[in-house]
Amino acid sequence: MSFFEEMADREHVFHFLTPQASPVDVRHGPILYLEDVNVSFDGFKAINNLNLTIDDGELRCIIGPNGAGKTTMMDIITGKTAPDTGSVWFGTRHNLLTKNEPEIASLGIGRKFQKPTVFEALTVFENLELAMATDKRVIPTLRAKMRAEFRERIEEVLVTIGLKDHRDLLAGILSHGQKQWLEIGMLLMQKPRLLLVDEPVAGMTEQEMERTAELLTSLAGKQSVVVVEHDMGFVRSIARKVTVLHQGSVLAEGSMDQVSNDPEVIKVYLGEEA
Amino acid sequence: MWLTRPLRERSTQLFLGILFAALAVVTLLHVTMPQNSALYVSSYTVTLMGKYLCYALLAVAVDLVWGYLGILSLGHGAFFALGGYAMGMYLMRQIGDRGVYGDPILPDFMVFLNWQELPWFWHGFDMAWFAFIMVMLAPGLLALVFGFLAFRSRVTGVYLSIITQALTFALMLAFFRNEMGFGGNNGLTDFKDILGFNLRTDATRLGLFIASGIALAIGYLVCRGIVTSKLGRVSIACRDAEARARFLGYRVDRVQLFVFVVSAMIAGVAGALYVPQVGIINPSEFSPLFSIEIVVWVALGGRATLYGAVIGAILVNYAKTVFTGVMPDAWLFALGGLFVLVTVFLPKGIAGLLAKRKKAKPDDSDSGTPDGTATDKPSGQEATA
Repeated sequence: MSFFEEMADREHVFHFLTPQASPVDVRHGPILYLEDVNVSFDGFKAINNLNLTIDDGELRCIIGPNGAGKTTMMDIITGKTAPDTGSVWFGTRHNLLTKNEPEIASLGIGRKFQKPTVFEALTVFENLELAMATDKRVIPTLRAKMRAEFRERIEEVLVTIGLKDHRDLLAGILSHGQKQWLEIGMLLMQKPRLLLVDEPVAGMTEQEMERTAELLTSLAGKQSVVVVEHDMGFVRSIARKVTVLHQGSVLAEGSMDQVSNDPEVIKVYLGEEA
Repeated sequence: MWLTRPLRERSTQLFLGILFAALAVVTLLHVTMPQNSALYVSSYTVTLMGKYLCYALLAVAVDLVWGYLGILSLGHGAFFALGGYAMGMYLMRQIGDRGVYGDPILPDFMVFLNWQELPWFWHGFDMAWFAFIMVMLAPGLLALVFGFLAFRSRVTGVYLSIITQALTFALMLAFFRNEMGFGGNNGLTDFKDILGFNLRTDATRLGLFIASGIALAIGYLVCRGIVTSKLGRVSIACRDAEARARFLGYRVDRVQLFVFVVSAMIAGVAGALYVPQVGIINPSEFSPLFSIEIVVWVALGGRATLYGAVIGAILVNYAKTVFTGVMPDAWLFALGGLFVLVTVFLPKGIAGLLAKRKKAKPDDSDSGTPDGTATDKPSGQEATA
């Protein structure tokens, strides 16, 4: 296209103005790659030489006693905490340590917090609308229109998370479990490549847990999912591969059966509970 | 388009309808009624109401950032005053050689201070278009620089409120100084005419009153347009769960900066229309107390509704006019008492009371607009207030 044609083209944004969101390169397998990561807070080593690799499309569970560094790890990946040393790569192309939270989010890493955080003063529908993967800059947001395809996408996610009948309710009056689902739905709206899910079933009933397990397993394959969870029953029901964190580094990794028979792991967990 | 969308909303239609009806009635009564009639609206009253409209516009600006963005600005008086000063400078230059000292270029206070030439920043203010641009540009620029620094460092909540308060206080002290070139503690006054119209005539006063009303309508429309757009919902998101909004990919600081600058510019316009009606601008408009008063108007009227801010500003200022006439010393006590009563008995302000009335009647809500939802916010979130 000639220069003038391009300048006269009113249908598209000039190519030099489009954000350079180069696709995530996963040809070599891993979508997330953490190497020798260290973080300390006032001398306390929260993360200690952590090495972790997540493959594309994988569903990984991360378990570990309190203070093992699970949430800190999530903070590092999403750009909330900067590690002292180490490297964190998303695919082979994006160095996450050079990016801030919104940039990492727009690369395709979605995060669900431990405590469900949804926008309580907005409706379920509006919550999903805001999460949608669109231009998030100020002026485009001001001028944004609700297009039919967006609406369809939101309706689709509403069905997936089972909140179709609650679409016009304020998110603040949802039950705890419903808020968790809404938050997962918001992650789905972002069309992330990698989902980080922090304690998705905390405070859920047995049935809600089952549905959440179904939801998460159905997501894996299309997206990579990392679940941090305390509830062993839940982890057993969804996990193919489990990583055990302890004192800021990986203690064991493998299938749930392998891990739960590992003497080190038994010591850590029993030692805590005893 | 985002700006015209609110026009399709019933609440906006109602607001604009009432506003324009009020403008028309006042104008009609002022022009047609004989002076001795009980229905006659005097020129004094017209100007007084014009002043209220400017305050209402200012309150709308404050409600935009406080109600929808959660930024409690205790320094919006600074933007109001800057807009006022820009207008004041224009009006000073319009005086020309009709001042006490008769200098064709220099305003009286500069002659009095023995200045030989006009300071650089006074140039251009003899042209109306330049001055009217500065009315929005000066407050907007201050808000841009201030907001950029504050929001980038993620200063929010009480700390931000304190800094905004410090900002307006610092500006007040600066403007008190004669060397600043803004007339020191006397400020700018003794205006003669605006755009060639004599400020002392009834017609000009009526014109300013109507201009204030139109400015309020436009300001309301701009704010309402932002609030009902997706950006408005993002603002609410930033207000209630900033970290969440950030992880969704929104640049929270940019959102805050944009809305803050828009709000400051609206406040500047309010100040610019206020000055020719009261006939003076001096550093007392920068006083922290005034900025706090604005917040009280918004709180009384009802936060995060916009029209509540208008109601609050007009009612409180009307009460102030009455009270200071009857017993001047009691006004601050009355204001304080009113504030306490409303906070205790009407946490959502007068607008909350109106909304409750409306809900009691058969429901005809306008399809879940953010304003209805925003006021239904759990009270825990309002702790920043």
